[in-house]
Amino acid sequence: MLLRHTPVEIKERKALTINPAKTCQPIGAMYAALGIHGCLPHSHGSQGCCAYHRSTLTRHYKEPISASTSSFTEGASVFGGQANLVQALNNIFNVYDPEVVAVHTTCLSETIGDDLNQIRIKAEKDGKLPKGKYMIGAPTPSYVGSHVTGFSNMVKAMAQMAEPTDKKNGKINLIPGWVEPCDMEELKRIAALMDIDITMFPDTSGILNGPLTGEYKMFPEGGVTVQELIESAQATATIALGEWCSADAARWLDSKHKVPCSILDMPFGLAATDRFVNVMRTVAGVSVPDAITHERGQLVDFISDMHQYFYQKRVAIFGDPDQLISMCEFLRSIDMYPAYVVTGTPGKKFVKRIQEICSDMPFEVKVKAEGDMFLMHQWIKNEPVDLLIGNSYGKYIARDEDIPFVRWGFPILDRQGHQYFPTVGYKGALRLLEKFVGVLLDRKDRDSPETSFELVL
Amino acid sequence: MTKNKAQWNPTDIKEELLKKYPPKVARKRAKQIMINEALEAGTPPEIVANVRTIPGIITMRGCTYAGCKGVIMGPTRDVVNITHGPIGCGFYSWLTRRNQTDAGADGENYMTYCFSTDMHDKDIIFGGEKKLEAAIQEAYDLLHPKGICIFSTCPVGLIGDDVHAVARKMKEKFGDCNVFAFSCEGYKGVSQSAGHHIANNQIFTNLVGENKVAPEGEYKINLLGEYNIGGDAFEIDRILKKCGITNIATFSGNSSYDQFASAQHADLSCVMCHRSINYVADMLETKYGIPWIKINFIGAESTAKSLRKIGAYFGEKKLIDRIEEVIAEEMPAVEEAAKKALPTTKGKKAMLFVGGSRAHHYQDLFAELGMKTLSAGYEFAHRDDYEGRRVIPDIQVDADSRNIEEIEVTADPELYNPRKSEAEMKSLEDSGFKFKEYEGINKDMDEGTIVIDDLNQYEAEKLVELLKPDVFCAGIKEKYSIQKLGVPMKQLHSYDYGGPYAGFKGAINFYEEMDRLLGSKVWSYMKAPWQENPELTATFVWD
Repeated sequence: MLLRHTPVEIKERKALTINPAKTCQPIGAMYAALGIHGCLPHSHGSQGCCAYHRSTLTRHYKEPISASTSSFTEGASVFGGQANLVQALNNIFNVYDPEVVAVHTTCLSETIGDDLNQIRIKAEKDGKLPKGKYMIGAPTPSYVGSHVTGFSNMVKAMAQMAEPTDKKNGKINLIPGWVEPCDMEELKRIAALMDIDITMFPDTSGILNGPLTGEYKMFPEGGVTVQELIESAQATATIALGEWCSADAARWLDSKHKVPCSILDMPFGLAATDRFVNVMRTVAGVSVPDAITHERGQLVDFISDMHQYFYQKRVAIFGDPDQLISMCEFLRSIDMYPAYVVTGTPGKKFVKRIQEICSDMPFEVKVKAEGDMFLMHQWIKNEPVDLLIGNSYGKYIARDEDIPFVRWGFPILDRQGHQYFPTVGYKGALRLLEKFVGVLLDRKDRDSPETSFELVL
Repeated sequence: MTKNKAQWNPTDIKEELLKKYPPKVARKRAKQIMINEALEAGTPPEIVANVRTIPGIITMRGCTYAGCKGVIMGPTRDVVNITHGPIGCGFYSWLTRRNQTDAGADGENYMTYCFSTDMHDKDIIFGGEKKLEAAIQEAYDLLHPKGICIFSTCPVGLIGDDVHAVARKMKEKFGDCNVFAFSCEGYKGVSQSAGHHIANNQIFTNLVGENKVAPEGEYKINLLGEYNIGGDAFEIDRILKKCGITNIATFSGNSSYDQFASAQHADLSCVMCHRSINYVADMLETKYGIPWIKINFIGAESTAKSLRKIGAYFGEKKLIDRIEEVIAEEMPAVEEAAKKALPTTKGKKAMLFVGGSRAHHYQDLFAELGMKTLSAGYEFAHRDDYEGRRVIPDIQVDADSRNIEEIEVTADPELYNPRKSEAEMKSLEDSGFKFKEYEGINKDMDEGTIVIDDLNQYEAEKLVELLKPDVFCAGIKEKYSIQKLGVPMKQLHSYDYGGPYAGFKGAINFYEEMDRLLGSKVWSYMKAPWQENPELTATFVWD
């Protein structure tokens, strides 16, 4: 038993978080920034933060993650980080020559009160920010929200690159939220099938699922360009996926540049994808091609074929709010029961949404925002589940409690594929179901006595 | 001599590495990039190390907290480690160092748990001491561990939470649980190294010496600076046991509270990673009279040599004979494995940029495979790790080192006990035995090789492009940018989830791993057939 000290009895903890279901803001900001073409993310703080974020993102994506740091030592912590950041910008543009440097703060630089905008102005004045190059900044204090908040803050900083305009370019801004590079690719494929011209930001496809060719490019092909971000104010509309990840940026474009926005759930599963396609169709004024309706039909077919294995299975799931909301809806749509739902990210609306989605169950879903995996494990110990869904850290619970486990979310450190095979859209839903059925039937095969061990399931 | 070597001499390479930097940065980096050559009296040239990383340069380094919580305390299974800070630091140091452990008979093992005070904005504004106190209480009520350790993250230092006072208060309150804290804020020092120092000082102050009863066993040693990545410490323990040597405490791989608490009962300290722990070896000697030697269990030959060194120290025929028997038993399998790997590995070239000793130790394993090291360096070393301990008196203490506590240690009035008489020590030394000695990496590297401190991504990429090594060793952050260049990259922090590589069985694992890595077909697939011969020379004729 790897988590042998986790007791069945649940006592309220007020101060101690054990086995968190979240991490801190800057890593989200770093991931988002990687979705801009020619962008070097920069961590404004001591160098450990940057090292940790790069390591975790590298382990998840199995790709190089370039990011620089202001390398604070004690002096910078006392006198402020301006000198470090200005010096950093000078070195970055000399050595790496990016188009844009996306700076995020850390708990250290936030606590000493560094003002990124003021430092940017100073760097410009000192000639450390070359003409035609950009620095964008997002405040990402680690003691507020979670990695999801940091992602959202950096996406908002991208939207803030938009320049006022009277022109319209007929494009749609699509803000995908924190999904995998392959998910972003899949969303672009769906948009292309529908013949809709989109500007997607961030877009990590091509950057974090790149080929091996014998050449290393610090800034690979892919990512939204600075020009596209500047022109995002010219779009017909913005479709933002995920309240926690994408809404702030979309609302900012709406209020500042009058680009109307729709904020949808992330398109995981049948219903959320239906709504996504329907809104895309409406906003762009196009009809949905048969190819997409066909894909939808295939998903419905799979659900009907395999329904007996999903029916009334109890699921424990942990992860990020936007993903969990759509996933719980998907689980309900195939008659599974999300029994325990935990996110580390704060948000009262989250609990309410999950309760609504699960209101037709014969028992009440246990749901917690700002919860941790220790609590979820205790719930499982009190009443077991048939399936566990979450990031790699779930493997300890899965092993101890002998629960079929599907890795989904962030970070996945011990498996491959999540960067290549999408889980958004109808095709993505098919893959999710394949994974669920795979682990559930593997378990059935493992547990069946010889007399009832069957070839065909 | 390969084509590339003919094209590039070390001076050109150094120049090439520095070309892109602004002048001030280039001047600084120039002192950290050294062409290894024997000067007068065989001393290698001076290198600048343990200085600040230049802001904006993509460094391989981590921070003080990472060195303290992640590296040193991480592998101790029966201590509850609470990170005091926002959630990130605790989350990222949660299981990522592959700290394997054997939970032992008592079954106490908290390493799979991540404990944090998860500070929010109100804790930053109003102070986090109350929350920390409550968190320690909750951990105690829930788990009743022998010890609870507290780690300060960056904002804790800024807002001035007195973690030590909270720890003292709780220790007194509990009575049966040792609570102590580490001021290991990430910004202290210039790399992980500061964190190692802070951690070891606190272990020495708060733990070592607690167990008054000496553990059973003959030929008692401590193993210092071994962190059990990939099960290295398991293999070393297997060998020591087989030789009849008792390992009282490993600092800190597969370690436990009681091991640390009994360390003063050992008769010899064996130091693996000189960087992370040489000062503990010194303190153990000063306070308790335990002499120390530098050993290395990476490489089969090095393992044999280190065992013989331990044997010679104790000087008893029974032990010396047993060690020879063990070496004779273990070596045939090692030689067999080397023979299998050599056709693939012989003559190949490596680069190593890892840690504060690994870049040195692993050269022995490569040498056993007939491989040369073209370039090497450390992430967080000090000058003595490059140039040897003789330069320690010359190392200038700068502001970044000054804020790391140096503890004053004197001989313990009751427990100090010189393990050997002055005459015995002298006679050993006269026979060529070296105590308190580490000669550094430079001496073991070929002339003309390039030694680089605090390598960064840009220089790594350039080095690989120019010198085209057959394998590059570094950490996870470096792995994929090197591999994109078509060069296999071996992680020597996490071992790419393989290992152990220490000891005899470890050497066999490493030989097999190099055979696989260097022999892999994948590196020949970089170009598609149509990219190799882009000109169309023939076509199919369909009609």
